[in-house]
Amino acid sequence: MAEPSGASLHITARPEARVRVRRFAASLARWAVLLAVAAIVVIPVVYAALGGFRDAPQLAADPVGLPNPWVWTNYLDTLTDPAFWLQLWNSTLVAALSTIIVVLFSALAAFVLARREFPGREAAYTLFTLGLLFPVTVAILPLLILVRDLGLQDNPLGLALPEAAFGLSLTIIILRPFFSRIPKELEDAAAIDGCGPLGFFFRILLPLSRPALVTVAVLAIVFSWNQFLLPLVLLSSESNWTLPLGVTNFSTQYTTDTARILAYTTLALVPALVFYVIAERQIVGGLTTGGVKG
Amino acid sequence: MLVTHVATALGSRSRTGRNLRLMGVAGLFMLPALALYALFVLLPIVQAAHYSLYDWNGLEPLNQFIGLANFERALSDPVFLGAVSHNAVIVVLSLAVQIPFALGLALMLNRRFRGRSIMRLVFFAPYVIAEVITAIVWSLLLQPDGLAEHFLTAIGLGDLYSPWLADPDTVLVALFFIISWKYFGFHMILLLAGLQGIPRELEEAATIDGATRGQAIRYVTLPLLGPTIRVSVFLSIIGALQLFDLVWVTTRGGPVNASNTMAVYMFDRGIVRFQFGYGSAVAVILFLLCFTLALAYQRWVLRRDTDGATTYG
Repeated sequence: MAEPSGASLHITARPEARVRVRRFAASLARWAVLLAVAAIVVIPVVYAALGGFRDAPQLAADPVGLPNPWVWTNYLDTLTDPAFWLQLWNSTLVAALSTIIVVLFSALAAFVLARREFPGREAAYTLFTLGLLFPVTVAILPLLILVRDLGLQDNPLGLALPEAAFGLSLTIIILRPFFSRIPKELEDAAAIDGCGPLGFFFRILLPLSRPALVTVAVLAIVFSWNQFLLPLVLLSSESNWTLPLGVTNFSTQYTTDTARILAYTTLALVPALVFYVIAERQIVGGLTTGGVKG
Repeated sequence: MLVTHVATALGSRSRTGRNLRLMGVAGLFMLPALALYALFVLLPIVQAAHYSLYDWNGLEPLNQFIGLANFERALSDPVFLGAVSHNAVIVVLSLAVQIPFALGLALMLNRRFRGRSIMRLVFFAPYVIAEVITAIVWSLLLQPDGLAEHFLTAIGLGDLYSPWLADPDTVLVALFFIISWKYFGFHMILLLAGLQGIPRELEEAATIDGATRGQAIRYVTLPLLGPTIRVSVFLSIIGALQLFDLVWVTTRGGPVNASNTMAVYMFDRGIVRFQFGYGSAVAVILFLLCFTLALAYQRWVLRRDTDGATTYG
């Protein structure tokens, strides 16, 4: 046992020059690839952000370097445009509504699916997981009729409800195993102290599951925030538009003023990127458990 | 708990009674989710199948029953068949280019080195950027006199530039590039998570036995990563079949239908031209495609994962 480990120590302590050169070359090649890909990812975003600081002629003449001079009017115009703030507010409202609905409803269902034995449990779970195969696209035409008949067309709630409904599957898939892992003894102890199923659910299960709840909430927010087809079909009046609708409309309305479009687009992008930097761990964690194990 | 107490108290009562009680409580907890799911997910899918049998504009009473005529029309419309083939092209390109690319990056990022987490943060970022925003920025970047043309001219390759999104011959490849820009990070993250579940000792053991790093990856890592790759492939196919936002905002399916997808075609006929019955038929076809594909995949490909231990022992 001692010999091999001694030998490997020896190797790592004084690698042959040839090995060292090869390692250096490999690391150089790796960084070349990684930096090239990173550049392709970052350039469009930087181009949009800087483009917002140019004027249209500048953008057509030389979109590559730094703006010269820096033009502030595009950003200022957007930031003083009430429509932009209204869309930001609408997006926030719809995201909040749909997230609260999908997380609460999914948690209630995942609780019994994870911790209660009852006939038909697996069938019910399978029914929910099938939702992953029912895309919004397929349902969109009948959804318009349904939401119209419910009197919820052109209404933030009429958008938040379908968004929440299409988020149920992934949310339940992520929450169920998490809820199963909470020890049975806790529930028994709670029952002895006179805590019913609802009491256990709200006072013990939910507080203990905060990391999982944050993960599913973050995914629901991202889904709702970026949703385009649903608001495009279900909202009609401009005062209800969410950011994706506003940005698209702005870009078709001011086709000639590219710089203004870029400023508007950049500002619409900021909340998502800030949110991403804060919540990256939850987004990655949620999607990989949902994807790898689901 | 209350349920079990009641059930024990009732003792000798029949098993069915107890089961009913258990189902009752479970049903109460599941009721909100089930109701929401039934109303906004299941019902619309059934309704789509129903509407697809009618000639209907979405406003008048639903009484023009025409049987399968909408389906016949779709399947004999070259524009729709073109849209199907465009989806197929995107699927093939995604599997042949995007996933191998994401896999390569995941393998690179699966070793510890300084700057690894910042690279991961950057690569995954486009996933949270809305498709709409991605579409707007890229179309401005690629349009004539945009960044792409100026950049290529500046490095002396100006002749390479053409307005790719406006040319029927190149529009699909250009769209595929933009799709990959947005989604390669997602697949990379997925594959990276899979890689991190594979014990490093296995690859090291292979190297000690004389395998090169390439061989170790080919014969040890990739087979063990199989389940994750298959999930990635599956999500990629389903995503490519439903492609809408990006195409709608960049090209609306043009020029001359060269970038039409099934979802764009459905939206255009159903919502824009008020052909609700016909649009629903297109939705049903899209659904059947996704669904049979998913079932087949589940049956033939994902199934292997359950006996993966013996297959890949």
